Amino acid sequence: MKKVKEAFKKMDYETALEGERETLEWITNHKGQFGHFIGGKFTKPKNLFKTINPFNRKEIAKISQGTLTDIKNSVDAARSGLKKWQALSPFQRSKYLYAIARYIQKESRTISVLESIENGKSIRESRDIDIPLAARHFYHHAGWAQLLDEEFENYSPVGICGQIIPWNFPLLMLAWKVAPAIAAGNSVILKPAEQTSLTALYFAEICKRIGLPAGVVNVVTGDGITGSHMVNQKEISKIAFTGSTEVGKQIKKITAGSGKKLTLELGGKSPFIIFDDADLDSAVEGIVDAIWFNQGQVCCAGSRLLLQETISTKVEKKIISRMKKLRFGNPLDKTIDMGPLVSLEQLNRVKRLVESGVEGGSDIYQCDMPSILKGYFYPPTLLKNVSPSMDIFQQEIFGPVLSSTTFRTPEEAVALANNSRYGLSASIWSENINLALDISPKLKVGVVWINSTNIFDAAVGFGGYRESGYGREGGKEGMYEYLELNSDTYNIKKGARLFKANISPSRQSLAHIDQTRKMFISGSQKRGDSGHAIEIFDKQKKEVATVGRGNRKDIRNAVEAANKKVNWTALSCHARAQILFYIAENLSQRRDYFIKLLSLTTLCLDPIQEFDTALKRLFTFASWADKFDGAVHQAPIRANTIALNEPVGVMGIICPDIAPLASFITLIAAALCQGNRLVVIPSENFPLPAVDMYQIFETSDVPEAAVNVVTGKHRELIDTLCEHNSVDGIWNFGDPKYVSAIDKASISNLKQIWSMTGDNLNWINYHASFNKLLLRKSSQVKNIWIPYGE
Amino acid sequence: MPLDKNYIKAETNKDIVKNSGVPLQLDVINEVRVNKSAVERRCASLTNRRTVKRHNQAAWLLKAITCMDLTTLSGDDTERRVIQLCNKAKTPLRQDLLKSLGIEDLNIKVGGVCVYHQFIRTASNVLKGSTIPVVAVSTGFPAGHTPKKTKILEIKESVRNGAQEIDIVISRRHVLSGSWEKLYDEIIEYKEAAGIACLKTILATGELGTLKNVLKASLICMMAGADFIKTSTGKENINATLPVTLVMSRAIREYFERTGFEVGYKPAGGISSAKDCLSHMMLIKEELSSRWLNPCLFRVGASSLLSDIERQIEHFSTGQYSSFNRHGMA
Repeated sequence: MKKVKEAFKKMDYETALEGERETLEWITNHKGQFGHFIGGKFTKPKNLFKTINPFNRKEIAKISQGTLTDIKNSVDAARSGLKKWQALSPFQRSKYLYAIARYIQKESRTISVLESIENGKSIRESRDIDIPLAARHFYHHAGWAQLLDEEFENYSPVGICGQIIPWNFPLLMLAWKVAPAIAAGNSVILKPAEQTSLTALYFAEICKRIGLPAGVVNVVTGDGITGSHMVNQKEISKIAFTGSTEVGKQIKKITAGSGKKLTLELGGKSPFIIFDDADLDSAVEGIVDAIWFNQGQVCCAGSRLLLQETISTKVEKKIISRMKKLRFGNPLDKTIDMGPLVSLEQLNRVKRLVESGVEGGSDIYQCDMPSILKGYFYPPTLLKNVSPSMDIFQQEIFGPVLSSTTFRTPEEAVALANNSRYGLSASIWSENINLALDISPKLKVGVVWINSTNIFDAAVGFGGYRESGYGREGGKEGMYEYLELNSDTYNIKKGARLFKANISPSRQSLAHIDQTRKMFISGSQKRGDSGHAIEIFDKQKKEVATVGRGNRKDIRNAVEAANKKVNWTALSCHARAQILFYIAENLSQRRDYFIKLLSLTTLCLDPIQEFDTALKRLFTFASWADKFDGAVHQAPIRANTIALNEPVGVMGIICPDIAPLASFITLIAAALCQGNRLVVIPSENFPLPAVDMYQIFETSDVPEAAVNVVTGKHRELIDTLCEHNSVDGIWNFGDPKYVSAIDKASISNLKQIWSMTGDNLNWINYHASFNKLLLRKSSQVKNIWIPYGE
Repeated sequence: MPLDKNYIKAETNKDIVKNSGVPLQLDVINEVRVNKSAVERRCASLTNRRTVKRHNQAAWLLKAITCMDLTTLSGDDTERRVIQLCNKAKTPLRQDLLKSLGIEDLNIKVGGVCVYHQFIRTASNVLKGSTIPVVAVSTGFPAGHTPKKTKILEIKESVRNGAQEIDIVISRRHVLSGSWEKLYDEIIEYKEAAGIACLKTILATGELGTLKNVLKASLICMMAGADFIKTSTGKENINATLPVTLVMSRAIREYFERTGFEVGYKPAGGISSAKDCLSHMMLIKEELSSRWLNPCLFRVGASSLLSDIERQIEHFSTGQYSSFNRHGMA
């Protein structure tokens, strides 16, 4: 009992380990070897590799490396699973998701321990954050499964989903992927990260125990090679990936042109902005949760600290004294803040990046680590005086390393925050609600936390802008990623004609005076750069006009204008509505002319109907301009979480040939009404209706550069447009033969691509759900967390 | 009656840099920011980030006893009742438990006995020679709506009667009306009246409306020379909560960083379980340091906490869960 006396004098903490007996028993029951989970059964362990405890560098178990055959078998299983799953009612499916949630909860401690010994995260985090959130995700999605028919009318599941998840939140990422996929009625093949497969296998066992129909959930373990086998499978209709931007781009490349749906949740270098009117002590605590949570191995870690100059010294001092209180040790120790990094590879990577930062001239402060620790530990690190031009400010480190810099004004804070390829999340600390709410929409990120950081919930979508990927996980917006609008709501029925009647062309010539048709850039008509023209023919193959043959430079000029002139996006939604109505008004005055124009081409079969449709669409999207509301999500914490629909930004739109006026108007009106600025490539064979809209734009108060039009040969334009790093999204309704090229061209900045075969679309008479789809595709959801309370 | 010499010695031994106050700095008060949600998040997270188990828990609980102001502040207090309390204060734990833990020579006793003015002499008599200070609540406790003259007199009388520590209540109306100068001046007067007695200022945090007010009032009291800042009278609807402990600890840290003076902290009311008490102590250790975990800088005002601690310590000693009736009442 001498110990009591000593402890009384020291008043310190001592190691308090969480028990691991039950967890180790589970591994022993499997003889320390695991196969894949395919078609409701575990395969015989084969091609084994070790999974390592990063705290003591010892082997925990052996896992099977998935082969091409394993992947093929899992596709077979998922196919039959899909059939059984879709045969069930929403209620029946919901009950399975509910059972999964219950099981995760019931066995939460065993799972938490498993997660901590394999990943190295502290037991506090796995026990209090990861595992409860995973259970919450299944509860929430048991709800969506139940409500599927009433909330997603005209939507169907996409089919077999291939899902690849990272090692930083093994079970939570599984939940984020599997729960919405099966709630929407899909079957899945999941590949966990090779460093952390055990909780996925434990999860597989839960699926078996609750009697989930075989093949609905399949787990194939292995490394990147296994993953690439999966991505190559034709029958998989959707790939959902969370991981590095580098691998995300590879996946994008492999799947280019395959028509697979893709969700990518990638890297980040998220800003953590502290204004001088913040509760500084709380902000410092926020930093702990931002960058020393899970050893900083978090895609949305607040790794770039932006401090207002007036308080920077004070805050840096506070951070350093706070760092001295951090505790390190065995992840199962209930008194620690940080465990080891996940692997030796990761440790070396972080070391290398920090060294380069120090060489670059930033001041470093690091915590002293107890020398007794033998695992893959890296000390919490603060790099001060980092300049935005340094690598360490721009590159994702994925470790406990905080890079700090200063700003002078709110405007400069925004500029610094947005000075990044990434756009995942941001934290804003200020007690001034005006300031915080002003900054939030200006940040190019998918998630904003005001006076908080790293909070997540199943009801709130998560995902990024720019090279942080696309698609959302969680909430209703996340469900849409696993559903598809039924094509019979928008496509022409097979064998049916698009239009009712075929009116014979007018014999009258279009104009008496020769017209020079140009590009439309930055609000005025500009001659094309090339000085070449393309002839446009009518039904009788007679030349009716020429248009400019656009080239790289025209696209460049158009994109530049759209980026520079932001007036359209800055307008109020009411003003945008007014202008779209006004375009309709002015267009209607030229009814006769446009009908005459349309009757020249076989691409339009009913000029009157097409013209009236175009007018109607302008009205439709003018109406939507101030009605496509965001949402206030219901998360179980004291906060308002506002889901804001924001424009994608600068969008490239490639129009189809068919219905050359109606398709053009529909696409631009939908994209404009949400505030996007556009670079449009109109129909290649009959661009005249688009070109003749220039004058109408000019007389309808459309701000310059809201719509830019470049005519020409599609194959000469789309590469430049899709490669352009200042274009945020592409709608490709053009020739399907370019889909693959467009996908590939978009990789460098991971712009969002939406490809549809425009020539199959019933532009005159599609179902109203298609309007909603257009609206969703013309916006992206930003979730702003606003905790409150005084 | 002179102050207990041993008590003064015990305090000076710790080299505490006593607070002699500073001029009122309203700019510091105006800069105060507290984000309630973030504060709550810190509290919720901390209690899961740290824990003390087994012998370490026993040691922390023993420390809690030594920091405890064992309190009786009821309308039905009598001399007999106060005598019983004081006797418990001297021997808070059963002898056999002390023996089994091997801590007889630690001389475990409570940090103070807290009573109304009426019972100061009674308590002093019982506690004589024990080094346990008598703590008297004052200035029209608990509401503080008595005339200033009476308040000053009350403090002086209590000190004259043998109270070594004076727990005054602040005028909440000064906080709620933002009359920071009045609050400052009031505490200055109390401090003068208390002389060398230790002055604890009770903020009655449950009546201040916001955490921001708690932080401001804490800073004002310290500027005016408070030796301790204390949360509550125990009579408000909400007493010592973790968010309040966090905010007040941060106030003490801020003041220490600005002035070098070390001010003590006393949560009171509402802490009745050993587990709660440990949470507050861990928060103080994290936001201040272990240095604050001793009777010179930390007190916990409680009446029923002790009996729960006794049970937990017996559980540690024997491995069996204990029961209230196995320990002598206070």
